[in-house]
Amino acid sequence: MTTNRRPLMALGLTFAVLLVLPFVATALDSTATISLVTRMMIYAIAASSLNLILGYGGMVSFGHAAYYGLGGYTVGILYAHFVSGDPLFGIIPGTNQFLITLPAALLVSGLFALALGALSLRTSGVQFIMITLAFAQMVFFLFVSLEMYGGDDGLIIRRPNELLGLRLRDELTFYFLTLGFLAAYVGLCGRIVNSRFGMVIGGIRQNERRMAAIGVSTYRYKLVAFVIAGMGAGLAGALMANHARFVSPDMLHWTKSGELMIMVILGGMGTLLGPILGAISLIGLESVLSGWTENWQFYLGPILVLIVLFARGGLYSLIPGLRGNGRD
Amino acid sequence: MTLVLEQILNGVQLGVMLFLLAAGLTLIFGIMGVINLAHGSLYMVGAYAAAVTASATGSAILAMLAGLAAAAVTGMAIEYVVLRRLYARNHLDQVLATFGLILFFNQGVTMLFGRQPLFVDIPAALSGAVEIVPGVPYPVYRLLIIGVGIAVAVGLYLLITRTRIGMLVRAGATNREMVRALGVDIRLLYTVVFGLGALLAGLAGLMAGPITSVQVGMGEQILILTFVVVVIGGIGSIRGAVVGALLVGIVDTMLRAFLPTLLRGMMAGAEADALGAGLSSMGVYLLMALVLLLRPKGLVPAHG
Amino acid sequence: MAVTEPLLRIVQLVKRFGGLVATDHLSLDVRPGELHALIGPNGAGKTTVMSQIAGELRQDAGQIIFAGQEISAMSTVRRVRLGLARSFQVTQLLEDYTALDNVALAVQVRLGHSFRFWANARRDRSLREAAWRYLEQVGLDHRADVRVADLSHGEHKQLELAIALATEPKLLLMDEPMAGLGATESRQMTELLGRLKGRITMLLVEHDMEAVFALADRISVLVYGRCIATGSPAEIRANAEVRAAYLTEDEA
Repeated sequence: MTTNRRPLMALGLTFAVLLVLPFVATALDSTATISLVTRMMIYAIAASSLNLILGYGGMVSFGHAAYYGLGGYTVGILYAHFVSGDPLFGIIPGTNQFLITLPAALLVSGLFALALGALSLRTSGVQFIMITLAFAQMVFFLFVSLEMYGGDDGLIIRRPNELLGLRLRDELTFYFLTLGFLAAYVGLCGRIVNSRFGMVIGGIRQNERRMAAIGVSTYRYKLVAFVIAGMGAGLAGALMANHARFVSPDMLHWTKSGELMIMVILGGMGTLLGPILGAISLIGLESVLSGWTENWQFYLGPILVLIVLFARGGLYSLIPGLRGNGRD
Repeated sequence: MTLVLEQILNGVQLGVMLFLLAAGLTLIFGIMGVINLAHGSLYMVGAYAAAVTASATGSAILAMLAGLAAAAVTGMAIEYVVLRRLYARNHLDQVLATFGLILFFNQGVTMLFGRQPLFVDIPAALSGAVEIVPGVPYPVYRLLIIGVGIAVAVGLYLLITRTRIGMLVRAGATNREMVRALGVDIRLLYTVVFGLGALLAGLAGLMAGPITSVQVGMGEQILILTFVVVVIGGIGSIRGAVVGALLVGIVDTMLRAFLPTLLRGMMAGAEADALGAGLSSMGVYLLMALVLLLRPKGLVPAHG
Repeated sequence: MAVTEPLLRIVQLVKRFGGLVATDHLSLDVRPGELHALIGPNGAGKTTVMSQIAGELRQDAGQIIFAGQEISAMSTVRRVRLGLARSFQVTQLLEDYTALDNVALAVQVRLGHSFRFWANARRDRSLREAAWRYLEQVGLDHRADVRVADLSHGEHKQLELAIALATEPKLLLMDEPMAGLGATESRQMTELLGRLKGRITMLLVEHDMEAVFALADRISVLVYGRCIATGSPAEIRANAEVRAAYLTEDEA
């Protein structure tokens, strides 16, 4: 465990590929690839954040799309007010500066995770799953009913945010920005899971009763992890709003939470690389299947059932030399 | 006042639908320890089977039988093919596998019947209205739903308190190991309970058809509301399901009916409507939050 | 003769499960420094008592006073912080972590809050070295880097004890540390408890009578949730009521 550097090498290799990929794609004149991989990386951030509580902390949160969507809507709503000139709630002026919209998105998603976590972490097991799902759906219905922000149809963000003179409209620039955020967030997760805090979170997953017996108030630690994860999803949402230049209640829908869970499981829970692999594979699979048939979910569903029944440990454990290195 | 009475009855009628789903969901969890997201799909299957049969044959009786049979058969098939392998697994695996089932069923139904909602007529014999109190007419069909709900609740009560299966169900809900130790054919018990849950979900679906329109996604919409019911009532508890379902049904209906009007007395029309719609769609979830703060185990917990 | 204030005092403790009275007006003292054993036939309610002292179960009536403080209403976590540690009958360990990780975590928690997000806890020498010493005390240091899932049952029992010691308790609640151990392992555990005796006050629940009578300063006998006798091993051996209720039946 202390000597095995393979997981780290695999992670480094993945990032090296992501770093080189746009140059190859540009040489092959395939800009669609750059956009697709950008999407994959944004989902990888969201999945990594979910992995922090699901994979490392053992909290089966089924409402992760709420933070993702709130992050996106924060960017969208601030942009809408920037364009219209009316301040939000009569006091907060709109903006298109990423240096403001991003922290705002993190704040909103973090605060919401705090409120939701404070309530739902009073329970556990199936009840916890149902409650996180239900509260996330509450946010979904709220945004569906908010006609002033497009309701069902969502909000169009005509121009991406401005950031230090960078051209975020440019596919390549945005790609590298996203890659940077992915690297930073995964790096942060890597530090957290091995820190004192991470040891406690991992301990809570393995045996909460034991943790209480050595004097840990598990609730507080779970709540903090919940907030960190929520903010990660908010980051992904803010990036997606800028990438797609569009936000809609779709981002908040419960099936989105399900997809994020699938990414984590598919890639390998409780590993740093797993959620990245999971996001790449699921988005890849979706785009391949949807190229063949518009009824791709008809095939994805059974595939998913088979994965759960027969392929435990995810893709991560299929990589030679990494088997058994889960939860490193 | 008459409007309030009417809306309360509408709330009770929604509560009955939720109860039919919640009872099955909570029983299945109580006995088998399985969380089944595809429970909403059974509701959808029941609704579609009934709607298609009704438009093909024109017979309400046949439609009803088709809805019940389709839901029960689908339910047992799900149990036999997938869920049986998940009893010993953790909740995460159960959630993911049954999520996969939802994708499969929703897309499958879309492929068979398209995205357009189906509309079902209320059977002619039930299409009238009766005056429940002088001057207040109320649709017979909705009254029938309420009646069916009461009958099912009473039936379940008798089943659980008076029969051997009920005894096992009660024992299973409090102590799963004990039932196993009793040497009961646990597989059969599981299939029976699952079939019963599927039947109730199908019943709710086929009755909902003439009221709500039959479409893909109808299952999940009501499933999540059912989760709210189960959490409020107390997981694994049938009495909790009754209390939670009625509470959620009535609160949701009343908020949607009266909140926008109430707000319009305080602010401009358009804003009041927007806020009213937003708040009333959040109402039952806020109710759930309140219950969690005060009674984390639900209003009528299953154990003690 | 000066009477020392007991470290733990249980007064008229009652716990009912439905119609069953699991703890029936039980009163018990544990004096500082002693090894106090709690024995009784199966179903006498020993583990129930332990759970109430540790705070995992709430009593229906009566008081639990620890180090002069009423703790009946406190959470498990607060009791642990006051110096009440427990080793479980059915071991409760962090299976994916190594033995050393398990103990280091207990050290870490004792030293203060764990809201530290950056430095690698496994490279924190102060934690690792302290943890190492507890593993040494229970004779498990040679297995420090083995995952708990790969340790034997006997080693799990030792690790339970090391974790409890790492919380630096004033009172150690030991729930059947010998359960499931072979003869050699049992003897080792008895020796280990003998070495700890005097340094740490212990309340021991154990079925291994040989170990109990060799180790205990005082013994309390529990039958149907009631304490029928308390005294030195010799007194307990000589007590007619105990013999009738328990020992003879066991020897028969």
